[in-house]
Amino acid sequence: MATTTPTRGVHGSRPGRRAPKPMTPGRQAWRSRLWRFDDKASPYAYIAPFFLVFGAFGLYPLIYTGWIALHRVEMTGLDQMEWVGWENFSNILQDDEFWTAVTNTFVIGVISTVPQLMMALGLAHLLNYKLRASTFWRTVILTPYATSVASAALVFALVFRADGGLLNWVLGFFGAGETNWANGHWTSNIAIAIIVIWRWTGYNTLIYLAAMQAVPSDLYEAASLDGASRWQQFRNVTIPALRPTILFTIVISTIGSMQLFGEPLLLEGGQIGAQGGSEHQYETLSIYLYNYGWNLGHLGPAAAVAWAMLVLLLLIAAINWLVGRFMRKTAA
Amino acid sequence: MTTTSPMTAPEHRRVSKAPVRHEPARRRRFKPGAGRQHHAGPFAYFALAVVGLGSLFPLYWTLVAASRTQDEILDTTPPLIPGGNLFNNLEAAWEQANLGKAIVNTVIVSSSITLATLFFCTLAGYAFAKMRFKGRGALMTMVIATLTIPPQLSVVPLFMMMSDIGWGGQLESVIFPTLVSAFGVFFMRQYLLEALPYELIEAGRVDGANNLRIVWSIVLPVARPAMMVLGMLTFVQAWNDFFWPYLALNQQNPTLQVALGQLSASYVPDQSIVMAGALISTLPLLVVFVIFGKQIVGGIMSGAVKG
Repeated sequence: MATTTPTRGVHGSRPGRRAPKPMTPGRQAWRSRLWRFDDKASPYAYIAPFFLVFGAFGLYPLIYTGWIALHRVEMTGLDQMEWVGWENFSNILQDDEFWTAVTNTFVIGVISTVPQLMMALGLAHLLNYKLRASTFWRTVILTPYATSVASAALVFALVFRADGGLLNWVLGFFGAGETNWANGHWTSNIAIAIIVIWRWTGYNTLIYLAAMQAVPSDLYEAASLDGASRWQQFRNVTIPALRPTILFTIVISTIGSMQLFGEPLLLEGGQIGAQGGSEHQYETLSIYLYNYGWNLGHLGPAAAVAWAMLVLLLLIAAINWLVGRFMRKTAA
Repeated sequence: MTTTSPMTAPEHRRVSKAPVRHEPARRRRFKPGAGRQHHAGPFAYFALAVVGLGSLFPLYWTLVAASRTQDEILDTTPPLIPGGNLFNNLEAAWEQANLGKAIVNTVIVSSSITLATLFFCTLAGYAFAKMRFKGRGALMTMVIATLTIPPQLSVVPLFMMMSDIGWGGQLESVIFPTLVSAFGVFFMRQYLLEALPYELIEAGRVDGANNLRIVWSIVLPVARPAMMVLGMLTFVQAWNDFFWPYLALNQQNPTLQVALGQLSASYVPDQSIVMAGALISTLPLLVVFVIFGKQIVGGIMSGAVKG
């Protein structure tokens, strides 16, 4: 036993402790081979489930999507695939609706992510003060995270209703209660962004708060010795220290906003929601994909949309990477 | 990123009651945070109260709307307090949206996903944190990279595959793709990196335990606090998942979220009944949240910092 321990893992044997029972040499060799196999194979066995599940239900379908995109496949006959080449791609790229969806996804992404992260940063700063009942405040701010997209979207659909909507009622006191939120291009995009902001601000706040608490206080002491005001400390100490975290939240929020589905689907509901509004005014890429595949039943073009999303995602990743590099450079 | 101790629950308990009295005698090196030295002023409380109200109001409004009639909530002056129509609406939602079946389905889906995720992610997290093997770094990078792939990219073939193997419209089609999560693997790895000393594993080895035995009697007990947190996060996520279940399941066999989506998509839906459905789907999680809010908060804070 003791002889086999040095080969095991990262650490040596502990001297002074003996194997439980003495063994014959042959038996010992067999056992040591068994131990070594256990050591070599175990880590792979432990991580295998992740890679198996991801391979089967993530990676393989992702690649297969590209193949389906080159075929005609209908919901009514899933086993019949007919080769059509690039037709699906050229169809969606020539479709104005597709570009509307790209624009909406982008617009909603920006007007939900930017205010959300800025608010989260401010809130995290407040929560970082010495605070009475700090756990209470944190929990309250995180509560929207516990609601589903579906319930959040449905409640806000009531709030944003044109007639009898809560928001228009409140705005009525200021003499501006006539907005038909779901109908306008900008107003509907803003409405959806508000649902997103409501659900995710608390989550991002906590991420920032955690990062803020890891900033060593020496930095602040040094800054205040140099006569920096609190605002200057926030700008010149907190924000630079949080840069990697901010980048992380930007990436996560961007990916999240690529996927917006439930919010636009349920803003008006029914057939209108499935098209992203009567004039597609709030149609996102996910809705476009759903509409093609599950509403109209054409899975080929739906798969082409999925690949278009992949290309967009890679573009965004490249931009993110460039921005990150730029930020690092300016920091240095 | 700088690292803090992986579980922040004890951490922020410490900082929130930062011992001012000790300050002159014993200065902490890591006295955290910018404002930390200062007490929050009235403005901070006011701002937090406004945001808190904004966070909670839509939930309260769900309750109000679920306990009224459609005419009342769409009145020119919307009601701001609950009414007496709650049970009628709940009953109507129950009948129109197949909610009984939906609740059972949601519980099955969420708990099996949670259990599987806990089991597999703890194993993988342990391997990545404490075992040495070829390709560890590259494989871990792959795990993290998968976090950035939206489900949209694979739903079309996934739908065809599921129908091919006979899982079309079945709960299996929702459960199996989410059995392990990249986030979970990452989360458990971060925790075990610091919480599990090599000496403990070594001691087990010297006593002649094989790897599985070590996992069972050393790793699992150490990992329990993190597993609690990961379990709750996973449960919340599985309970609330919408996109893929909405595509994969149907009216006869829905989860709560799917049933809710279909209820609102039905011909001329009654909004008060829809809100009753929303209330039913949200309430269990709110209860979980009220009980375990602190741990969930701590979990999100600890999961994120080390990005």
